[in-house]
Amino acid sequence: MNNPALDVRGLCMDFGGLRALNQVELEVRQGEIVALIGPNGAGKTTFFNCITGIYTPTQGEIFALPDGKNRVKINGRKPNHVTELGMARTFQNIRLFPSMTVLENVMIGRHCRNRSSILGSVLRDRHTRAQEAEVVARSYEMLELVGLERWANELATNLPYGAQRRLEIARAMATEPFLLLLDEPAAGMNPQETLRLEELIDHIRDTYHIAVLLIEHDMKMVMSVSDRIYVMDYGQRIAEGTPEEVSKNPDVIKAYLGEDAHD
Amino acid sequence: MGRPDWSQGAGGGPFPGIYFKRVGTMDYFLELFFGGLTRGSIYALIALGYTMVYGIIELINFAHGEIYMIGAFTGLIVAGVLGTLGFPMLGILFVALACAVIWSAAYGYTVEKIAYKPLRNAPRLSPLISAIGMSIFLQNYVLLAQTSDFLPFPKLTPDFAFMEPLRSFVSTSELFIIGSTLLVCVALTLFIKYTRLGKAMRATAQNRKMAMLVGVKVDKVISATFVIGSALAAVGGVLIASHIGQINFYFGFIAGVKAFTAAVLGGIGSVPGAMLGGLILGWTEAFATGYVSSDYEDVFAFALLVLILIFRPEGILGKDSTQKV
Amino acid sequence: MQQIIRALLVSLWFMFLTFPILVIKVDTINDIIVWRWMNALYIGAGVLLLQALWHAWKHVHALRKEDRDRDAVAWAVLVCLPVLWLAWIATRNTDKPLHVADKVFMILVAPLWLVDFLRSPQDRQPDWHDWPCMILFPPSLLVRAYLGLFRARGEAVSIPGVEHPNLLQTMLENQKAMRPLYLLLLVLAVCYPQMVEFYQTNIMVNFMIWIVLGLGLNIVIGLAGLLDLGFVAFYAVGAYAYALLNHHFGLSFWYVLPIGMVFGAVCGLLLGYPVLRLRGDYLAIVTLGFGEIIRLVLENWSSFTHGPSGISNIDRPPFVTDLSIMQATEYMYYIMLGLLLMTIFVVTRLKNSRIGRAWLALKEDEIACQAMGIDKTKTKLTAFALGATWAGLVGVVFAAKTTFINPMSFTLMESIIILSIVVVGGMGSIPGVITGALVLILVPEWLRGVEEYRMLAFGAFMVMVMVFRPQGLVSARRKVYQYDKAKAVNAHE
Repeated sequence: MNNPALDVRGLCMDFGGLRALNQVELEVRQGEIVALIGPNGAGKTTFFNCITGIYTPTQGEIFALPDGKNRVKINGRKPNHVTELGMARTFQNIRLFPSMTVLENVMIGRHCRNRSSILGSVLRDRHTRAQEAEVVARSYEMLELVGLERWANELATNLPYGAQRRLEIARAMATEPFLLLLDEPAAGMNPQETLRLEELIDHIRDTYHIAVLLIEHDMKMVMSVSDRIYVMDYGQRIAEGTPEEVSKNPDVIKAYLGEDAHD
Repeated sequence: MGRPDWSQGAGGGPFPGIYFKRVGTMDYFLELFFGGLTRGSIYALIALGYTMVYGIIELINFAHGEIYMIGAFTGLIVAGVLGTLGFPMLGILFVALACAVIWSAAYGYTVEKIAYKPLRNAPRLSPLISAIGMSIFLQNYVLLAQTSDFLPFPKLTPDFAFMEPLRSFVSTSELFIIGSTLLVCVALTLFIKYTRLGKAMRATAQNRKMAMLVGVKVDKVISATFVIGSALAAVGGVLIASHIGQINFYFGFIAGVKAFTAAVLGGIGSVPGAMLGGLILGWTEAFATGYVSSDYEDVFAFALLVLILIFRPEGILGKDSTQKV
Repeated sequence: MQQIIRALLVSLWFMFLTFPILVIKVDTINDIIVWRWMNALYIGAGVLLLQALWHAWKHVHALRKEDRDRDAVAWAVLVCLPVLWLAWIATRNTDKPLHVADKVFMILVAPLWLVDFLRSPQDRQPDWHDWPCMILFPPSLLVRAYLGLFRARGEAVSIPGVEHPNLLQTMLENQKAMRPLYLLLLVLAVCYPQMVEFYQTNIMVNFMIWIVLGLGLNIVIGLAGLLDLGFVAFYAVGAYAYALLNHHFGLSFWYVLPIGMVFGAVCGLLLGYPVLRLRGDYLAIVTLGFGEIIRLVLENWSSFTHGPSGISNIDRPPFVTDLSIMQATEYMYYIMLGLLLMTIFVVTRLKNSRIGRAWLALKEDEIACQAMGIDKTKTKLTAFALGATWAGLVGVVFAAKTTFINPMSFTLMESIIILSIVVVGGMGSIPGVITGALVLILVPEWLRGVEEYRMLAFGAFMVMVMVFRPQGLVSARRKVYQYDKAKAVNAHE
C-alpha cells in the first residue's frame, strides 16, 4: 500500500558539460496526483525524458511498481519497454500521428496490450478478429472517456487544439498504465477547458486507480488538482509538499518571482 | 541505353596518366595520388552543388548531374564553334568555360523554378521524384537534341614546357583541374563567409522562417544557391571532359551519384564536408583501383560510404541533428 | 497586356536557354556543325502556346469556383481545342504510322487529360463553364456520368481523411460503384490473353511484375516511411536464386517460388539491421549504395554469378505437357495474375492490421511511436523483410519469364522506377501503386510509337504529376471503423 508507484533516487543527467538534473528525488504514491512545477528550463521535461527511457540518466536509480507489488528498476530501458511496463506519457508539443484518424491514434496505444501475429493479420482468423474487435472497443471507450467519440474517423490533424491534447491523453490511457505522465496538458487551454481537464484527471484517478504525475505551469489548476507538489529550479528539487506548504515556501516564491518578493 | 564505361575512353580512361604499371614505385604512387586528387576535385565541385542545395532546402537534387553534363556539352559546342573559327586554345578554354557556366547556371535556375519551387511545402518525397523526373527529362533532351554517341571532346588545356619533368605522374590537364578547384573552393568559402549573400545563404540554411522574418529574400537566396552550384558543376564538367577526351549524355548520372555519395560522406549540408568527401572518394577510388583491382572500383566507393555512415550516421563533418522531445 | 509581355519574355528566356543544345549540333566525330535555327523558333512558339493554354485553363478553373460572367477570350481558346481534337480524330488514318499531329496530341493533350481528370473539383454541380473542359477531357465526363448512377442527387461527397478528393478518388471510395467495375476488371483480366496477341500478354506480365514490386516498396516507404533506394537488390536476389538453383540443382519453378520469398525476406533483414539508426536521406543513400554493391558483385563475381554474361536457359514453369512460346506466355500470365491477386490481398490485410498501424505510427513520429509501446527495431525490420519478400517473389517469376538474366536488369534505374511508381501513384495507397504502374509502365509501353520522345515524356510527366499533385495520384485513405456500442456492451455481459 505504501510502496510508491514511482520512486526516483539521486537522478542526475548530464549533457556534455552541462548538468541538467542534479540529484533529483521524487516519489509518486499509489493513486496520487503529483505535480512537478518550476520555471522554464528547470529540467522538468528532461526529467520526464529520463524516466521514460528517452535519455539514459548519468546517475541515479528509478524504480517503478507496475503491479503494485514488485519493484522494477527501469534505468536505461528503451521507451517502449517502459510503456509496456505501464508508464504512459503525453508530450509538451503535441505528438499525435497526423495522417491517422482519431480512433487509430488511440488504437496505437493498444498495440502493446495485445498480440497478433503477422500470419494472423493476413488470415484474419477468429483469434485475430476477436483481438481487433477488442482493440476497437477499448479505443472507443477511451475516446468516450475524453469526449471525442464523435470524431473517431476524423483525421487527427483536423481536431482543434484542446481536443488534440485530450486525444493524447486518451492514447496514453489506452496503454493501460499504472502511472500517467502528463507534460503540460493544460498548455494553451482556456479556463473552461482547463476545468474539464481537471475533472478528467480526477476521474481517471478515481475510476482507474492510476497515479498521475504532471508538469504544469497553470498554478490554479496545479493547486486545485494535486495531492502533492514538487518544485524544481535549475535542475534541482527545491521544495516538496502539499499545495499549501509549497505556496508558502520562500524558496519557491524566490524562484518564481525573484529576490525582491517579500510576502 | 548506352552507358559510358569509365575504365575506357578516347583519352585512355579516367586515369589517362596511368601509362606505366610500375606498382611499388614512387612514380606510380604519385600518379595515383594526383589521379585521385583530380578525380576528387571534380567530385568536390559537383558535390558542392548537392550539399549547398540540400543545406538550404533539404532536397537531393537528382538533376544536378545532368546540369554538369549540360555544362560539358555547352563547352563542347562552344569549343567546336570557336575551333572552326580558329581561336587559340587557351582562348577557347576560357570562352567555353564562361559559356558553360552561364548556361548551366541558367538551367539550374530554370529547373528550380519549374520543378522545385512549387513543391517547397510538399511532403518530403515529392520534390525528390520531381528531381528524378527532371533528371530523366534533361538526359533525354540532350540525347534527342544532340546524339547518343560518345562525342570526342577536344583537348583544351595546353601543355606547358615546364611541366615536362613531372609528366611521369601528373599531366597539365590534371594540374589545371586541381588548381581551378582549389581557386573555386577558396573563392566559395570566402564568399560564404564574408559577403551579404553568403550570410543570407547560411541563415536560410539554418532556419528559413527566421531568415524570412528578418528580411532575407529567401526565394532569391535559394535561386542563387542553385545558380552557384550549377556554375561549379559546369566548371568541373568542361575541365574533366577536356581531360578524359569524350562526353556522352549519360555520364552526368553516374558522376552525380558518386558525387552525391561524396557529399553525404563528408556530411551533407556542410560545404567543407563536400570538399573533403570529394577528395576522400577520389583517393579511395584511385588507390583501390591502382593497388587492389579495377573491377571493384565502384564497390569500394559505396562500401566506404556504407561503413562511414553506419559508424557516423551524419557523415564526417555533418552536424548531429538530435530531435527535441 | 502585362501578361503578354511576360509571356514573351518567358519565351525568349527558353529560346536563350535551349540555344546551344537545340540549335547547334556539334558532331566532333565527323567534324560537322549543323545550325538548326528553326528549332529556336519552334521553342519560342511552343512556349508561348503552352503559356496561353496554361493561363486559359487556370482562368476557366477559377471561373468554375466563382460565379463570373462569360469571358469571351478564354472561351474561344478552349472551344478551338475540342475542334482541333475532333479534326485529329476525323483525319487520322489508323493504318499509317503515327506522324507529327499524333505525337503532338499524345505528348501535350493526353497528359492534360489525365491531369484534369484528377483535378476536377467536386464541390459544384457542373454548368456551362465546364462544357469546354468536358468536351476537351471526355474521361471526366464519362466517370461523372457513371458515378451519377450510384449516387443520390445532391448527396455530398466527402471522404474521411482526404482533404480534396479528386474524381478518381471519389470513384474509388464509392464501394457500390466500384464493385461492378472490379468484377469487370477481373473478367477482362482473365480473358485478356485470349483477346490479344502474345506480345501484348507479355507486356501485361511485365506490368504485373512492376505492380508487385511497387506494392513491396510501398510497405517499406509508403507505410513505414523508410526511404529505400536499393530495392532492386531484393528483386535481383530472387531472380538469381531461381537461376542458380535451377542451373546447378535443377530445382523447378514451384519449389523456388517460396524459396525466393524467403531469400528476399532474409536479405531485407540483412539490409535493415545495419541501417536502423539512419534517418531520412542518409538511409536513402546507404540503401542506394547497397543496391549498387549487389549489382556490382553480381557483375564481377563471375565464378558464382556468371558475371555480365548472365545466366541463360533457365527453365520456364513446368506444365503438364510441353508448351509453345505463345502458350508459355499465357501460362506465365495466369501464374502472375494469381500471384498479383494474392499480393494485393495480403498487403491490404497487412495495411489495416496491427502491424500496419505500427508502421504508419513509425513513419509519422518515431519518438511518439516508441512512447506508445511499439518496438522500433522490430517494426522497422519487419517492414524491410516483408517488403523485400515480394521483390524476391517476382524476381523468381522474372527469371522464369525471360529465361535469361544478367546484372543489367537490376540497376539503380530500376530502383528509381519502382520508387516513382510508388510516389507518383500515391504513397501508402494500394490503388495508387496500381495507378502509378499503369501510368509509368503500361502507358509508355503502349506509346512505343513515339519511341524517341517516350523517355522525354516520361520525365516530364513525373515532374508534372508532382507539381500538380504532390501527394500522388491517389491519396492513401485510412480505414473507417464502425462501432456499435450496444452490441459491444452485450458482448461483454
